[in-house]
Amino acid sequence: MGRFLLKRFGLAIVTLVLLSIIAFAAAQLLPGNVGRNVLGGFATQQSVDLFNHQHGVYGPVYSQYGRWIGHLLHGNLGTSLEYNVPVSGLIGPALRNSFKLALLAFILCIPVSIVGGVIAALRQGRPTDRIITVSGLSLTAVPEFVTAIVLIVVFGVALKWLPVTAQAPPGSSVFVQVKYLLLPALALTMVLFGYIARMARAGTIEALDADYTRTAVLKGLSKRTVLRKHVLRNALLPTIAVVATQVGYLIGGLIVIEKLFNYPGIGLRIYTAAQNKDFTMLETGVLIVGIVYLVATLIADLLYSLLNPRIRYGAAE
Amino acid sequence: MTAIAPAIAQRSEVSVARRERLRALVRSKTFVVGVLIVGWWVFWAVVGSSLTPHDPLDQTSSVLARPFGHYWLGTDTLGRDVLSRVLAGATGVLKVAPLATVLGIAGGTVIGLVTGYFRGIVDDSISRLIDAVLALPLIVIAVTAIVALGTSLGTLIVVIGVVFMPIVSRTVRAAVLAERDLDYVQAAKLRGEHAPYVMFVEILPNIVAPIVVEATVRLGYAIFTVAGLTFLGFGLQPPAPDWGLQIAENYALLAGGSYWWTVLFPGLAIATLVIGVNLIADGLQQVLDR
Repeated sequence: MGRFLLKRFGLAIVTLVLLSIIAFAAAQLLPGNVGRNVLGGFATQQSVDLFNHQHGVYGPVYSQYGRWIGHLLHGNLGTSLEYNVPVSGLIGPALRNSFKLALLAFILCIPVSIVGGVIAALRQGRPTDRIITVSGLSLTAVPEFVTAIVLIVVFGVALKWLPVTAQAPPGSSVFVQVKYLLLPALALTMVLFGYIARMARAGTIEALDADYTRTAVLKGLSKRTVLRKHVLRNALLPTIAVVATQVGYLIGGLIVIEKLFNYPGIGLRIYTAAQNKDFTMLETGVLIVGIVYLVATLIADLLYSLLNPRIRYGAAE
Repeated sequence: MTAIAPAIAQRSEVSVARRERLRALVRSKTFVVGVLIVGWWVFWAVVGSSLTPHDPLDQTSSVLARPFGHYWLGTDTLGRDVLSRVLAGATGVLKVAPLATVLGIAGGTVIGLVTGYFRGIVDDSISRLIDAVLALPLIVIAVTAIVALGTSLGTLIVVIGVVFMPIVSRTVRAAVLAERDLDYVQAAKLRGEHAPYVMFVEILPNIVAPIVVEATVRLGYAIFTVAGLTFLGFGLQPPAPDWGLQIAENYALLAGGSYWWTVLFPGLAIATLVIGVNLIADGLQQVLDR
């Protein structure tokens, strides 16, 4: 177990370093001189140089990268070029908002899609299975903002059940906040439903065919016990891994959904940073998105190995 | 004469297998429905605005007319016919998404063949790099790259294509790993064939099936991404009739509580197209993976 952990952490760190280089390089691609872009065409060359110096944008590219990483390791995320305030002050609340939205999406999505997948597997080949599989496939394929538009038209415009904006008035209770977040969270959920249900279905079908299930049935256990203790335990393992990898897709969806609902989360921050060429904000945002994804996959792998001894021992050999 | 006979027999065997697969595809309901839906949109992408009931760019005085009247799907804020704009809107997406897919498949196949065939340090380092790239959502990479390189359809195609390459290469690499130790590959190596010959002439024809499936799946994602990026303002620019763009231009009207037709119909157009492509992908997968 120790060696498996070590190996997994090592790989995560290598990926993280590469990711920071990619995020930095992406920001470097933004055209034009940083100071000139921010201060405008009428600023003197002197003030442009001073600005660049203050923001660490001078010297060769690799030393700029070194300075950026050095600051990052000391917890200094830099200053937003657009707002001229520390990036951390802007990213923090944005992350919290996105986290709320993502959490609600996951809470809505995971139980429904796992139950859906298991039901489809138990009714394999019958109409119920076809309906769940085809609708899951379709929902996964449709972009989030399209699903969101349909949801807004149905629940916001036609039925008037839910508000069409995402942000609750400041100081509202948790219940009201959830009500405002319900539409964007549902839109995000639809895309995940297909993936997770598909994995749960495949896992359950495999477990139903397995020898241990046959043994359990033959030794006279009730159908319920077989399902709960033998089938589901094994079936849900791969599903856990899939849920974590979907975190990445969820963040991608956040950009579009947060733009659509004008919700101030990390996605909207990245979008506006890209539009306004605010490269300190952009590289930090991109890096944070990558880290969130890496941590999620790491947790998934650890959970998976805790639940499945074969992987633990296999890696230790 | 005797040497030719087995060759002919073998060839006819291959064509029989191909015909059988084709028949299975035609019998697959998912595949046929998918082809019909995608065919409908390809038709409109090709004929463009020449067959639409109105000119998609024509502004009239009947602004925001309700649907199911004189204008079947209503008009938008500039009095343009929504139906014509939705039909003509197929052109942009169906130009960008397939080209991006072709680029991604071509590049990804080469990377996958090389990494799968050579293994070792080349494979390891490329795999690490791919992991790092895949830790970022496609749309984040695309937004950053498009802002850096400027908004144009060419950039859109290249960015999506390049991001697809590592993803495709994973599938191809896995397929190559399953083939590389088979007898025919060993035989080609013993004959003294060069590595590129073994990769492209011997292995590639045998892994076409997973690549075709991957291509249809990617096409679905490409449409998904193009629609999202045009919605964010990084694709076609106004006044082009594009679905993502139409939604971006009109969705603010939804907050008022009416005028839903200007956004709902382009949204449904995107939805049907991606679902159609995914049905084709699913049908292909079921037939080719057997």
